Amino acid sequence: MADLSTARDVITYRDAVAEGIAREMRRDPAVVCLGEDIGEAGGVFKTTVGLFKEFGPERVWDTPISEQAIVGAAMGAAMTGMRPVAEIMFSDFLACCWDYLANEIPKVRYMTGGQVTVPLVVRTANGGGLGFGAQHSQSTENWAFTVPGLKIAAPATPADVIGMMAAAIRSDDPVVFFEHKGLLASKGAPPPPGHVVELGRAAVVREGADVTLVALAAMVPLALQAAARLAEEGIDAEVVDLRCLVPLDTATVLASLAKTSRLVTVEENPYQGGWGATLVSVVADEGFSLLDAPVRRVAGECVPLPFADALEERVIPTVDKLVAGVRSLAAY
Amino acid sequence: MTDRDASRDELLVLYEQMAVIRRTEKAAHDLFMSGLVKGTTHLAAGHEAIAVGASAALRDDDYVFATYRGHHHAMARGATPEECLAELMSRATGLCRAKGGSMHLTKATGNMLGSYAIVGAHLPMAVGAAWSARLRGTGQIAVAFFGDGATNIGAFHEALNLAAVWKLPVLFVCENNLYMEYTPIADVTAVARPAADRAPSYGIPGEVVDGNDVVAVRDAVAALARRARAGEGPALLEAETYRHFGHSRADPATYRPAEEVERWLKHDPLDLARGRLAELGVPEETLTAADERARDVVQKAIDAAKNAPPPDPAEALTDVWADGGAAWRT
Repeated sequence: MADLSTARDVITYRDAVAEGIAREMRRDPAVVCLGEDIGEAGGVFKTTVGLFKEFGPERVWDTPISEQAIVGAAMGAAMTGMRPVAEIMFSDFLACCWDYLANEIPKVRYMTGGQVTVPLVVRTANGGGLGFGAQHSQSTENWAFTVPGLKIAAPATPADVIGMMAAAIRSDDPVVFFEHKGLLASKGAPPPPGHVVELGRAAVVREGADVTLVALAAMVPLALQAAARLAEEGIDAEVVDLRCLVPLDTATVLASLAKTSRLVTVEENPYQGGWGATLVSVVADEGFSLLDAPVRRVAGECVPLPFADALEERVIPTVDKLVAGVRSLAAY
Repeated sequence: MTDRDASRDELLVLYEQMAVIRRTEKAAHDLFMSGLVKGTTHLAAGHEAIAVGASAALRDDDYVFATYRGHHHAMARGATPEECLAELMSRATGLCRAKGGSMHLTKATGNMLGSYAIVGAHLPMAVGAAWSARLRGTGQIAVAFFGDGATNIGAFHEALNLAAVWKLPVLFVCENNLYMEYTPIADVTAVARPAADRAPSYGIPGEVVDGNDVVAVRDAVAALARRARAGEGPALLEAETYRHFGHSRADPATYRPAEEVERWLKHDPLDLARGRLAELGVPEETLTAADERARDVVQKAIDAAKNAPPPDPAEALTDVWADGGAAWRT
């Protein structure tokens, strides 16, 4: 039997997803969910457990395997008074409905001269490290980052899942919400009722004086581990959890660099076209004088994600790679 | 007033709406050829009866989604010729403030929720609007108008299946003008009727109607709308029609056989409506007066659009987000 005292103190990232959605469904009847296996089955990642039981089939809708219909229907509902939360099971499958994320949802407000709004959330399980192979492991946040008109959230902690889910569902703009598969079992303190984390506010999750590590989602705990190792070597790293790619909190990053003068980005998406490139370009444009060293980007290799653990580890960022990347800046 | 009078008066209104659309499309063509409309146009001359007939059968708060060949749908749901032509001519007074262009005419106050230029993309949106109407219990329905070419894209099939499974109040209305761009639809489709023949696969009604007969379209849509509103689910209507212009821009449509063009031009939706009105005893001068009003409205629209200012360049950086702005970073 579950230890209820523990249950009150700790929540998993996985349960935080359902809790974050449930909190918004309780306060706003316009919030409805749709996706594959999200109803009685509770989602293939068990991130919607309890929603069907609490809210019933009129608010939690199982769909066929039809990504275009899922996201297209969410768009139509959002344009007509609902606040749909659509699940795309794996973020790799965003490619199956990419028209909606690239051409329809982010553009319809603009191209109609502001006549319509699209308050929807597309949630999706993102990221690697679990041996799912090339078509179920990608970090695709950088795909969304290429399209003006989408807000992009990628929480790293259970409390942020709940707080950012609240902000995403309440947003009148479309939000792509990346839930990292590698974090689902991680635990943290459940936030108080009414907890909302405004989109576009990065968090300094570790203060430091020597180097700024900018990370997102599963790369945040990795950066914190690297910072602990670096501390043993006398390198005091500051860790910034970006939380969102759009809005991108460049102000927090530049403020951190004013202190540390050194920048390393930690990205699970490929180096090629990864979000760090844009962040670094802003720093080069506006914060060049703050830097005492070249910037480093520790990112995914530019290959498809391999299956075997030993191969996958070679391709995505690890604590060792990040520590090595930071050390290489120590010479400056 | 007798039923016959009411029917005659309504048909006269529909005729005049079609005449306004026809003249607006002709104006759009001429303005494009003279360089005053940039980019592209996909004109709906020949398709008027589908938009006007369907609109006559719908409630004002029903939702309409259209394609890049969508001027007629915007106008059938309340957009004025002036708003449309100003949009095509990149004027500040355009329907979408010159940010959409010909392919994206939208009249949200008439619940005409957009013209979409990725083939088939708006069918799932209409499904979502119908889902929303059902969830909100408003009794509204949604209608997606699309071309024959859209019946071969995945979103069409995903939309039909989901609408059928969820038994939603949505109508799928195919404007079959026989050509997907420059290619006969029959050459690239596995079934004879690209839309109606697909309906049985999804367990929904698939009907065929003369898309050039505004009364037939109105009656067919009314029956299917009644059914959808009663909770009996979606339906598909294939309206046979023909383009009077080419696919887009200056396309002369030489790929269409001359005798086919001639046959269809003799089956003009405006002529058919005139014939019906004559049968109902409407004198020729009444129709001529309607034509003259349509001509005046469109001429005034052309003049007003030509005289309207271009958009303020600052407009380019507005309305990405709901707060009206475009900021992507702090």
